[in-house]
Amino acid sequence: MQDTPIDSARTSSVPFVADDDTSLPLRINGKPFFHGGDPSMPLLWFLRDTLRLTGTKFGCGIGACGACTVLVDGKAQRSCLTPISAATGHDIVTIEGLATGDALHPVQRAWIEADVAQCGYCQAGQIMAAVDLLKRTPKPNDADISRITNLCRCGTYPRSRQAIKRAAELMHGATK
Amino acid sequence: MSKPVNDSRRHFLSVMAGASGALIVGWRTALASQSDLPLELRGGVAEQLGPFVRISADNRITIGARGCEIGQGVITSLPMLIAEELDVDWAQVKVEQLPYGYIETDKGPGNKYGSQGAGGSDSIPQGWKDLRQAGATARWLLLQAAASDWQLPLDQLRTEAGFVIAQTGRRASYGQLAAAAAKIDPPTEPVALKNPDQFRVIGKPTLTADGPAIVTGRAEFGIDAYMAGALFAVVLRCPHMDGDIDTLDDSEARKVPGVKDVIRLPGPKPDEPITGQLATGIAVIAENTWAAIKGRQALKVTWTPGPWASESSATLEAKATELLRGDDGVKVRSDGDFAKARKDAKKVFEARYQVPFLAHATMEPPNALIKIEVDHALLISSLQSPSGASQIISQLTGIPRDKIEIRMTRAGGGFGRRLKNDFVAEAVLIAKAVGKPIKLIWTREDDIAHDFYRPFGVHHLIATLDKKKEITGFAHRCAATPRPYRDVGMKDSPIYTGCLEPDDFPAQLIANLEKTFYPIASGMPRGWWRAPLHTFHAFAVQSFIDELAIELKQDPVALRLKLLGAPRELSYAGHGGPMFDTGRLANVLKVCAEKIGWGRKPGQDRGLGIACHFTFGGYAAHAFEVSAIDGVIVIHRAVCVVDVGRVVNPLGVEAQMMGGTIDGLSTAINLGITVKDGQVQQSNFNDYPLLRMAQAPENVEVVIAPSDKSPSGAGEMGVPSALPALTNAIFAATGFRIRTLPIGDQLKKVL
Repeated sequence: MQDTPIDSARTSSVPFVADDDTSLPLRINGKPFFHGGDPSMPLLWFLRDTLRLTGTKFGCGIGACGACTVLVDGKAQRSCLTPISAATGHDIVTIEGLATGDALHPVQRAWIEADVAQCGYCQAGQIMAAVDLLKRTPKPNDADISRITNLCRCGTYPRSRQAIKRAAELMHGATK
Repeated sequence: MSKPVNDSRRHFLSVMAGASGALIVGWRTALASQSDLPLELRGGVAEQLGPFVRISADNRITIGARGCEIGQGVITSLPMLIAEELDVDWAQVKVEQLPYGYIETDKGPGNKYGSQGAGGSDSIPQGWKDLRQAGATARWLLLQAAASDWQLPLDQLRTEAGFVIAQTGRRASYGQLAAAAAKIDPPTEPVALKNPDQFRVIGKPTLTADGPAIVTGRAEFGIDAYMAGALFAVVLRCPHMDGDIDTLDDSEARKVPGVKDVIRLPGPKPDEPITGQLATGIAVIAENTWAAIKGRQALKVTWTPGPWASESSATLEAKATELLRGDDGVKVRSDGDFAKARKDAKKVFEARYQVPFLAHATMEPPNALIKIEVDHALLISSLQSPSGASQIISQLTGIPRDKIEIRMTRAGGGFGRRLKNDFVAEAVLIAKAVGKPIKLIWTREDDIAHDFYRPFGVHHLIATLDKKKEITGFAHRCAATPRPYRDVGMKDSPIYTGCLEPDDFPAQLIANLEKTFYPIASGMPRGWWRAPLHTFHAFAVQSFIDELAIELKQDPVALRLKLLGAPRELSYAGHGGPMFDTGRLANVLKVCAEKIGWGRKPGQDRGLGIACHFTFGGYAAHAFEVSAIDGVIVIHRAVCVVDVGRVVNPLGVEAQMMGGTIDGLSTAINLGITVKDGQVQQSNFNDYPLLRMAQAPENVEVVIAPSDKSPSGAGEMGVPSALPALTNAIFAATGFRIRTLPIGDQLKKVL
């Protein structure tokens, strides 16, 4: 759909070049980038409008829905409320950077297996939140899973719950 | 295309039209716009067999998906219909989203792919009629090619999983036959379809075709489309219904780095139909989304409030009460003599229920990317009505519809919101004004405050009882903000359309029955909201039946079954008709009761509630086991039983029922739009709080009733009965009857 995407973010390792000394360095999906514009711009819009990493979604702009969730130093964070000035110097992983080469992350595999997605729009954020949960709580129970606050308008919660349990098995062996 | 299309293919399409009545003739026009097809469908060595199927020499099968994928699963289920009759393994199939297929025909505007919109749970019923034939016709061509090559009669050939196989044992893949098949004259009559007992794809649980793309962030939604040279726009819309700009100072906005322009957008004139944009506004155009948002924040505007300045939810409620006191409503249905039944009654039982305006709150807010040239336009957007988008672009630009290209993407939810194309109209107006392609984005605040809302209404229900406590009469009086308000597509619809359905339960089941509608004037724009009139009124009817059962000291399931009576078909003129089968509704109710363990005593502080409803050809029942200690609703069990006829994708139907149930719960517990001083009071998910995981049931136990009837859709019937089943369960648990939605903090106040 994009007739001139800035595809380097997706497909090559050519970094953006700092245009001046005030540019903010960012490390996204293991690659270096620079932002030379408004430092208060939320990370979300840099990911989307500049890098065209559109897997991270805009949902509410107030941190309520979690569609924009990314990992910052391994922790789930709402990118709509993270100004670039606060993201600089941190390791950022988006949904596009979750897989290792062609090998999907266990959460992604479990998500496909459980057929979680309906419209699919909130799913990248749900997956990033689940990755963070499983890192902190390798074998989460239902109450642990219920602490995920990401909204899903389609009501995929029962299947995302099932997928999180399945991902825990894939990552850490079967739960009791 | 790898080679010129011959006349026989043109003929092929005309056969398609004859077979289905939906696909439109016009191959030459279709050829002219082949460039809008996805690469995979145009591709080099692959052969096109009809509008939906391409087969490459190495036997890769590509099937085009024509629908608007809004989460209801049509990117998977519609190609499954084609794959079944083509007789291929689903694992061989690659699905590609098709663009909008407008063509000019002798009979006027047409669509080379048939029906592409998403509304009324219609995609599967439509596809059942024409897409299977599309697959079967392609298979027929492949069989002909093999018969001709092998010099064998057709009856000695069969197909299996992408191969044609002769009785002699000779076999060839579809890929090997595709080039020859593409040269064959198509059949002059519809070809035979499989018997259901031969189905290998239909009825098999099938993962969504876009699953891998979704979990890796590659799936593209309208909002993900970018274009070289496009500018970004956000609009500040007048918060007052039909209000206008009083003063505007955009000097600070224009100073925001990246802001390119600020323009005024006129709104619709009060009392004229809303065909395009919804409100007067000010568009801020910038180099990126963030600059546009910051520029908008810097606008200094004052507004004139317009004609609805005194409208509030309180005035609407008062008006409803006043209207329901009088006797001058619009007759919707009148059977027997309700007035006499009332006069003769030993007892009259009545109750009143209120349902709020609802916003759609699609996770992906409205957006549109548009490029307008002298005689061509390109739109990329998340849509439910691409034909509506095409029409509005043509109206606003003068560009003929066959020069308007629309690329369809996944849509981040629809729920009826995208049946309107107001956001497309805005993008067109801005693009025309600035002379550049425009990527328009709505923020969540824009979306909540400027929607086509589900109507507000109050239902007054009356049952008359004789001395044996038999129900002798039933009246449904509904005062509501009418759905057809300023909707040009509904100018001939009765005013009660979308609020009260003449044939709905318990019509034709109680001898003396009347339904009456009392319109309330309001400036709130109205639209279709998932299972529109059904979510609007099933709450009232199914709550009332529960109350009536308790009043009569009867079991709520038994009373419903008694009313439904012997299994039979009743006429049903509304959408989803022409018949309503009382037996199918009774069956889902019985199965649901059994599944939840109806009749048992649930644990302390817990209650069971049940409800059922007929929506758009599908039959659903819900039951919940809940507690509400200190007013905190906990749903311990959730059961949804559905009969949607033959099931195309059981995984998809289950997902729709889980999601529909949770949508119903979310709506019942949390959601309502209120008005004050002619303005919407909610703004974002903080005050329009969709249900979160912690509030939702851990599971929704879905039972799909087996059926060999023609399929209905499944996108909407999972919602309506969820709301009254929940409030019936809350009554059973607490003794408190919810008669006003949303539940909000009502329970916390009394428990």
